[in-house]
Amino acid sequence: MDFQVIIDNLPLYFQGLWVTILLVVTSLILGLCLALPIALLATLKNRWVSIVPKAYIYFFRGTPLLVQMFMIYHGMGQFEAVHESFLWVIFKQAYACALLAFALNTAAYTAEILRGTMEQTAFGEIEAAKACGMSNAMIYRRIILPSTFRRALPAYGNEVIFMLHGSALAGVITIVDLFGAAKIVNARNFVPFESFITAGLFYLGLTFLIVWGFKRVERHWHAYLHPREG
Amino acid sequence: MSYVIDYLPLILRGMLLTVEVALLSLFISVVLGMIGALAKLSRSRLAQSVAGIYTTVIRGMPDLVLMTLIFFGGQILVNNIGEKLGLEYFDVSPFVAGVLTIGFIFGAYMTESFRGGILAVSTGEIEAGYAFGMTPIQVFLRITFPAMVRHALPGFGNNWLVLTKTTALVSVIGLQDMVYNAGLAGGSTRKPFTFYCVVAFLFLIITGVSDVGVRWMDRRYSVGVRKA
Repeated sequence: MDFQVIIDNLPLYFQGLWVTILLVVTSLILGLCLALPIALLATLKNRWVSIVPKAYIYFFRGTPLLVQMFMIYHGMGQFEAVHESFLWVIFKQAYACALLAFALNTAAYTAEILRGTMEQTAFGEIEAAKACGMSNAMIYRRIILPSTFRRALPAYGNEVIFMLHGSALAGVITIVDLFGAAKIVNARNFVPFESFITAGLFYLGLTFLIVWGFKRVERHWHAYLHPREG
Repeated sequence: MSYVIDYLPLILRGMLLTVEVALLSLFISVVLGMIGALAKLSRSRLAQSVAGIYTTVIRGMPDLVLMTLIFFGGQILVNNIGEKLGLEYFDVSPFVAGVLTIGFIFGAYMTESFRGGILAVSTGEIEAGYAFGMTPIQVFLRITFPAMVRHALPGFGNNWLVLTKTTALVSVIGLQDMVYNAGLAGGSTRKPFTFYCVVAFLFLIITGVSDVGVRWMDRRYSVGVRKA
């Protein structure tokens, strides 16, 4: 094992770490913004409306993220219309393509989490809200959504970790994220063990950080579920 | 659309490989998961901590990093060992690396599902088995295992679906699965979007069929359970 190479390349790893964090955070924010309307549409009783978000969720959850990313990164150039329009500025960049693929993917998973949690809202709560004379919009705003966000937290924590791990795919399409950095170090010095183990340790650290963060957030927002102390 | 039909045999051959990789690594992961679950529930501190490190480390790292590590690193490792034993140069094929890595990764996820399943088996049944004079192995084979399947099945089904999608990553280390072949076909026809769509559709077929299979198993293993 030759860890001198790794120490020499640490700046590259930290650069990759920053790209990974940026990619994951941006795609999670975009994904969450998309997921809420998709989940709301999917819970509608009207079958003809809810089939569209359900098909979206089914497609993005049923196919590999790698294929989705390739569809956008390699696939979009196939269409003349995209080639000639302003959109090409976006689709010719690997970073934008990866971001778009990740955001669409996590939106589907998050929407499914939100939909599942929303449908499990205790009927008594909604009934009570109706009895108080709340409108439909108010019921969503005051009763369903706040409790959904709380109860969805553990599942969402898993999704965040999934997104972090999925983001390594960005390294496949030339982006220098953590995995991309490890690939470069390996290609230059041929040190597969050291380079990939270092990247793996960085990911492990990030995973622990996310798990710890969600535990803290859950302790706050699930405080009403804990047994009383003292 | 005639070019899709021209290249369909190539893609379907890739699909066969995808299914092969998935099934073989599923087998490895089930074996590892069973060992891991038993180790986690055993009284030995050593076995517990080894299994604990295994599941934490594997589930904390991206599968792609682990796969490249085993593919590139495993090659060196095998040759170093081979050199010391005086063996000839041995090539680690992407197929072997892919199957081993995916099996190894999902063994960790299976460990957690199986552990939950075993914990859900009522202790009274296991105690009764011992009271009848069965050996620990007999108790496991006749009582714990059949009873745990029902509880472990949802987790198992989920893991299998994630596993099939993970097999797409073997294309990155050069294995000619359907994603790789779609890339070839898309490159030579300049219609990559169409071919990746075909692959996405084939993945949906695999997941759809698996869904039916898991549901069938669930019905079969819950025969003895009363439902409201």
